[in-house]
Amino acid sequence: MKKSNIIMLLAAILPLGLFLFPLWRITLEAPQYPTPLAMNIHINDFSDVHPHDIKNINLMNHYVGMKYIPDAIPEFKIFPLGIIITTVIGLIIAFKGNYKWFLFWFILMIVLSSAGLYDFYIWEHDYGHNLDPKAIMKFTNPDGSIMGFQPPLFGTKDILNFTAHSYPRLGALFLGLGIAASFIAYLTGKKNHKTV
Amino acid sequence: MKKVLKPIVTLLGILVAFTSCNNDSKSNAGALSSSAAEKVYVKPGDHDEFYAFISGGFSGQLSVYGLPSGRLFKVIPVFSQDAEKAWGYNEETKPMLNTSHGFIPWDDAHHPDISQTNGEIDGRWVFINGNNTPRIAKIDLSTFETTEIIEVPNSAGNHSSSFVTENTEYVVAGTRFSIPIPQKDMPIKDYKGNFKGALTFISVEPEHGHMDIKFQLIMPGFDYDLSHPGRGKSHGWFFFTTYNSEEANTLLEVNASQNDKDFIAAVNWKKIEEYVNNGGGTMMPSKYAHNVYDESTHSATSTIKEEVLTVNPLDVPGAVYLLPTPKSPHGCDVDPSGEYIVGNGKLSANLTVHSFTKMLDAIENKKFAGDAYGIPIINFEDVLAGVVEQPGLGPLHTEFDGKGNAYTTFFISSEVVKWKLETWEVVDRQPCYYSVGHLMIPGGNSQKPWGKYVLAMNKITKDRYLPTGPEVTQSAQLYDISGDKMELLLDFPTIGEPHYAAGCPADLIKPRSKKIFKLEENNHPYATKSEADTKVVRDGNTVHVYMTMIRSHFSPDNIEGIKVGDEVYFHVTNLEQDYDVPHGVSMIGANTSELLIMPGQTETFKWEPKQVGVWPFYCTDFCSALHQEMQGYVRVSAANANTPLRWSLGEDIE
Ligand SMILES: [Cu+2]
Repeated sequence: MKKSNIIMLLAAILPLGLFLFPLWRITLEAPQYPTPLAMNIHINDFSDVHPHDIKNINLMNHYVGMKYIPDAIPEFKIFPLGIIITTVIGLIIAFKGNYKWFLFWFILMIVLSSAGLYDFYIWEHDYGHNLDPKAIMKFTNPDGSIMGFQPPLFGTKDILNFTAHSYPRLGALFLGLGIAASFIAYLTGKKNHKTV
Repeated sequence: MKKVLKPIVTLLGILVAFTSCNNDSKSNAGALSSSAAEKVYVKPGDHDEFYAFISGGFSGQLSVYGLPSGRLFKVIPVFSQDAEKAWGYNEETKPMLNTSHGFIPWDDAHHPDISQTNGEIDGRWVFINGNNTPRIAKIDLSTFETTEIIEVPNSAGNHSSSFVTENTEYVVAGTRFSIPIPQKDMPIKDYKGNFKGALTFISVEPEHGHMDIKFQLIMPGFDYDLSHPGRGKSHGWFFFTTYNSEEANTLLEVNASQNDKDFIAAVNWKKIEEYVNNGGGTMMPSKYAHNVYDESTHSATSTIKEEVLTVNPLDVPGAVYLLPTPKSPHGCDVDPSGEYIVGNGKLSANLTVHSFTKMLDAIENKKFAGDAYGIPIINFEDVLAGVVEQPGLGPLHTEFDGKGNAYTTFFISSEVVKWKLETWEVVDRQPCYYSVGHLMIPGGNSQKPWGKYVLAMNKITKDRYLPTGPEVTQSAQLYDISGDKMELLLDFPTIGEPHYAAGCPADLIKPRSKKIFKLEENNHPYATKSEADTKVVRDGNTVHVYMTMIRSHFSPDNIEGIKVGDEVYFHVTNLEQDYDVPHGVSMIGANTSELLIMPGQTETFKWEPKQVGVWPFYCTDFCSALHQEMQGYVRVSAANANTPLRWSLGEDIE
């Protein structure tokens, strides 16, 4: 087996790390929470970082009319399937394909990941803006519009008394490494093709 | 060895002194240069180094302080009802205060002692005695709640209690007063020879701490004052001070102070345990309550037991000896090595120290001065290790720093006196303000004291604090004992009478402290684990309300169909699973107290409405931003009305 195909094989397998490790984490810090509240987002699940964190996030958020974080979202069915399918495609390419297909897989993964991120953003936006009209507390922005409570897609942001952090976790690293490896596989394959 | 050590220590001292000159931006420059205020200052957000558990005496409770700051953290209800926590008011804890005399919601709590493993404090439980209606309580230090109370039969003035052996095999409960055993109607003047004193050994199951009376030793009719377990070489023995060896029954201040020497009773409990395990002893009918709080059902049960195993000391030769000790000794204290037994003869000019080794030797060589009711009395000179000559007036209690020094409180001369074991010389003394009773060094009753502080507990504070009418606060005083000389660091007020204390490093307890009760592990028979399951159920005149609470509402919050004359039980579950978020609830006209319910816990109170109307209830603990909105109504109709039973949340009752 060619070196580039071996790298591609690795690239196809790496995203499976998403089934072992969380993809993302949102952390909420506030003075009354010396241990911050935090939730992990997995490929197929939300989970508490400390026991009962999600329950307590829901309890805090209901004051401003935010919905409860659902137990499951449709994406939890679609994303795992997506990863399994792309891994299978990646494996087939690794065994059968040449370097051009590696680039195809790389672009496919970039497109799908971007779509995933966009979907996540839409979900966050809805979660942070689609508030109960009977909310106990209503806040407005300086321009008079209703304040939203959307956590950042990536990075850190102050929301009222909370500081929200949103950063990728180990699962995302596996995905990123997989994508990067496919590009390296492509470059390696291309170089070999020229030298041969 | 010492010759080598000294220069090294001096050199280190110089080095340390120079080092601290170089970074004087930090204020830890050493004992001599820092002020008392700095030494007790625990800056905001920092934790104290030690927990101190100080009994409330006649308040019946146990208070929790931090040392060195002297800050009060909690008052743990034990033997007295406590409206703050609904202890003894709610249906779950009422059984804890049951006795063979019925519901007794008060006692006189004296001597806390922390559980031990291998002679060292393990920080799992605190035991404490109720003097008046004899009881021993166990407090679980993962929740800081009283989880077991056992009544002590055949006992009166349960004073030489509750001290634990070095693996917490036993907690002892020695009677103060001798009484007829079994109780009977007889002339008081016939006390002598007829009254008896029971020394009770309560076994502690090693894993869960479950208590059970293993045996009672029925001793002569003296007064038994205090006690301490042997440790190390003397493990297996227990020592009890006595007074009134005269067996007087009236005007004891005179009549019980005639004998030049009373006794320390030395009890070889291992020998008696063996005797009992082989079927020895006599079962005696005797009623006593055993109350157990179950953390999973959040409820207590009270069982009345019917008999107790008694042991006549004469039936176990070699198990009990009397050590003559001047004069009406109070504290009975064993040093960390287990060799020295200090009898604090409160009417004696000197402090008497016995030797365990000499005691064994005297027993072996039968050096007896006679006997009392058949119990051998060892010759005073043959057991005496030494005497601290004229250290002060009225010695009460001695503790040890683990470095060869002993610290004794003197009630009459109001001071703590430091003296050396084996040389018996006084090396330092510090005044107390005023009339000090007991003292505490963290780990004092163990093989490993943390000899950094001594805490003195004072009975009188006239003019030390702002006056508060005729009754002024009692107080404790903290001394630094890490140097050669004791240094008074701090005064702080205490609850009730700060009678006695036990302490240990915070790190033994902190990591095991519970934050919430898990809702899924709540096995309370009336628990409601979700709002969807809330309901109101009528059974004749009894109505059960299955209610939940969460920030910031009750479910249900509108209830109709209750009638005058009903007995309404509110079973309220706190659905929160977040640290430090209890809710409270109280109902107008309820004849108990509010409930203060921890996350995941269920508690119950009973309400008997007497008048028709629409009556509010509300959350009593400032729980959240919408705490003030956490409220509800109960509609009460006439006894003969036919208002249907209904309940709701977030909608009008149809
Ligand atoms: Cu509340």
